[in-house]
Amino acid sequence: MKRTKLVSILSMVLVFAIFTAGCATGAKNGGGASNNEFRVNLSTEPPTLDPAQATDQVSFTVINAIYEGLTILDENGDVQPGIAEKWDVSEDGKTYTFKIRSDAKWSNGDPVTAHDFEFSWKRALDPLLVPEPSQYAYQLYYIEGAEAYNTGEGSVDDVAVKAEDDHTLVVTLVAPTIYFESLLSTAIYFPVHQSVKENEAFAAAANTMITNGPFTMTDWKRNTSITLEPSDSYYGRDQIKFSKVSFTMVNDSSSELNMYETGKLDYAGHPTGSLPSDQFASLQQKYPDEFKIKGTASLYYYLINTTEPPFTNKKVRQALSLAVNRNDLTEKVTLGGQIPAYGLVPPGIKGVEDEYRNEVNGDYFKEDLELAKQLLAEGLAEEGLTQLPAFSITFNTNDLHLKVAEAIVDMWRNNLGIDVQIGNEEWGVFLDNRNAMNYQVARAGWGADYNDPISFISLFTSKSGNNNTGYANAEYDELVERINHTSEPEERVKLIADAEKLLIESHSIIPLYYYTNVYLMKPEVKGVYVDFKGDIIFTRGYYEEQEQ
Amino acid sequence: MVRYVIEKILYMLLSLFVLASATFFLMKAIPGNPFQSEKNIPPAIQQMLMEKYGFDKPVWEQYVHYIGNLLKLDFGTSMKQQYVTVETVIKSGFAYSVQLGLLAMIVSVAAGVLLGLIAALNHRKFLDGFTIFIAVLGVSIPNFVIASALQYFFGVQLRWFNVTGLNGPLDYVLPVIALSFLPTAFIARLTRSSMLEVLSADYIKTARAKGLSGRVILVKHALRNAIMPVVTYVGPMTANIITGSVIVEQIFGIGGLGKDFVNSITNRDYTLIMGLTLFYAVILMLARLITDIAYGFIDPRIKLIRGRGGA
Repeated sequence: MKRTKLVSILSMVLVFAIFTAGCATGAKNGGGASNNEFRVNLSTEPPTLDPAQATDQVSFTVINAIYEGLTILDENGDVQPGIAEKWDVSEDGKTYTFKIRSDAKWSNGDPVTAHDFEFSWKRALDPLLVPEPSQYAYQLYYIEGAEAYNTGEGSVDDVAVKAEDDHTLVVTLVAPTIYFESLLSTAIYFPVHQSVKENEAFAAAANTMITNGPFTMTDWKRNTSITLEPSDSYYGRDQIKFSKVSFTMVNDSSSELNMYETGKLDYAGHPTGSLPSDQFASLQQKYPDEFKIKGTASLYYYLINTTEPPFTNKKVRQALSLAVNRNDLTEKVTLGGQIPAYGLVPPGIKGVEDEYRNEVNGDYFKEDLELAKQLLAEGLAEEGLTQLPAFSITFNTNDLHLKVAEAIVDMWRNNLGIDVQIGNEEWGVFLDNRNAMNYQVARAGWGADYNDPISFISLFTSKSGNNNTGYANAEYDELVERINHTSEPEERVKLIADAEKLLIESHSIIPLYYYTNVYLMKPEVKGVYVDFKGDIIFTRGYYEEQEQ
Repeated sequence: MVRYVIEKILYMLLSLFVLASATFFLMKAIPGNPFQSEKNIPPAIQQMLMEKYGFDKPVWEQYVHYIGNLLKLDFGTSMKQQYVTVETVIKSGFAYSVQLGLLAMIVSVAAGVLLGLIAALNHRKFLDGFTIFIAVLGVSIPNFVIASALQYFFGVQLRWFNVTGLNGPLDYVLPVIALSFLPTAFIARLTRSSMLEVLSADYIKTARAKGLSGRVILVKHALRNAIMPVVTYVGPMTANIITGSVIVEQIFGIGGLGKDFVNSITNRDYTLIMGLTLFYAVILMLARLITDIAYGFIDPRIKLIRGRGGA
């Protein structure tokens, strides 16, 4: 009896402990979404919300909603007027004159002027920018004098961006740049309020941020949530339908799916979140109207170190590429609806009239096992070898990269009879080794910075800091030079296709597939899409019943 | 006693200095830097950044500079999260970790001691076997499996709790249970074995012979002695839970300190790596110190004098 009494006392202690656990903090309950709230998972804290400092997708996602540049891109990737209502281009294609909308306002009510743009671009180029120089400043190097000023060799006064008056901005470029208007819609070209001179830390908290975009930030809880609300001073206020946008920061794909399934998110998955890839098939069945796969203009590929024998031999490299079954890879391994790649430029990038990939056939080679075997034998013979020395595929630690590498090792073993190791490395170590060309075959991925094929083509010039293959071809460099100085679109696309063919047929890289974004979105959400860069655009989104 | 504590604290400071130095050089030895990504920035800009943060200087010079700042209690600003100081990161993240950790500890001590007692008092009976079975499960299943399972059953299937976030009292239930599983199991086993030992000790027999009530024997004589190993365990375990709740925080989307710690390493966020490592070290050392002091109160036989008391 005594014993049971003791047990009951201790039970009460336990119950009390659980109860206090429940009552520890008295914040208000999250509850369900209000009618027009749009809820997305951001996964992590944005490192910065200063347009001049941002370099990552999480930051861009928030910045794209709270700032607006001279132009915006629509769902098709076409340039539309933003803060600039119209513009003229000089005959030589180098000088742009922008007319700033007279009703463009900052969130504090100040007008957005041409002076703000001049100030902001020069600020981003400032080599002494606080807290650190802008990493993406090079995206402004198209402007005359920009590179010299940024690298400390020129004066700020020689940067060719000038506000003639409050509503007229004149910019002169180094060379005619066909995609300059599209570049203007990216964060580095966004304006910041001139008061940031007094407070460079403006973008670190919700209450000090003065913005000019469709939304303003009303709340920011570090590592937990960000809340946006429509900006009443935005010129297009009547087009903004969401009453609130809530970002959570949950960095776990199963948890994110659970949140979506329990109605805590209206959108789950790429680009800022993720869904468990082993559940793609079942999710597609379960939510046929909500499960979406959309291509983004990004390429997943393997680099080959062309400076290390026997990979100096083109036939050896070609054999490796031809012995990969890309259909099997996307349909049985990656499972996200990825598109097998036989070229460099992904679908979704503009050509002359249509997408570049529709205008220029991207199948530069065909998988062929017999040919691969024959090429390998020939290549090895030319190098004086009887069999391929041991080598490894290097990638940064990640489930998907591991699965892809394992599949490819398997294909090479079965198809070519060669043994390949796989080696995963921690991210920073991996990047260091890749940049130092301390690898044989390494994973790589590349996404578009702007909507033009040159964003991919320029990667493999001998001077490119992201080439990492050792591929150096004077003919290729010259082609890229010519592309950069050609403004006639058809001729330019032809040159681009020549360069692409040259690179792919050198087999310095093994294109594997074009990326896709996989996401779940509530069926009643409309007007929210993922653009060519893979950014989620929700500023003009709405709930369907609202429209009726 | 006071002298003992002062001595301990001096040792702690020395250990922290050694730890800070070792971490600094190890960290600098890892390849990579904070300004890397899939897309390389032009070498000129990379160079400007390295100069800005003094990474172009020899490592020993950077080390002297860092230790100098440390002595001024200046831990610096994160290199990835702009304008966020190490103090801010600790303040915002640690609150969550502490709340969860302490709650989990309270729950596990209560539940663990209770289960251990039940087992000991029913020695070799069904309840004993049953609690030990539960304890073995608790020790062997990793907490992320438990966390995911709890989230799925109670969050998605039954919808009793929100699957993520920490916005209301109920939101604490699942993460706290997930965190307390292992320590509960551990404490249950500790309590059981030491209780069994104590119950067969001579002084308990004496107490019984004197005709004391079962409850008095159990609480005043047996439990007080049997709890010693549990106290030893609770201090370091609390520190472990507080500093090691990374995965549970990740699954339940809680912005605790663990997330920052892991990310800081991936990002080569040097200032944050240093600041958080030192902070965690202080927490662990304090937990040991408190445990030592607690001994003195529970067991008068242990005197806190020079060279005794462990740690």
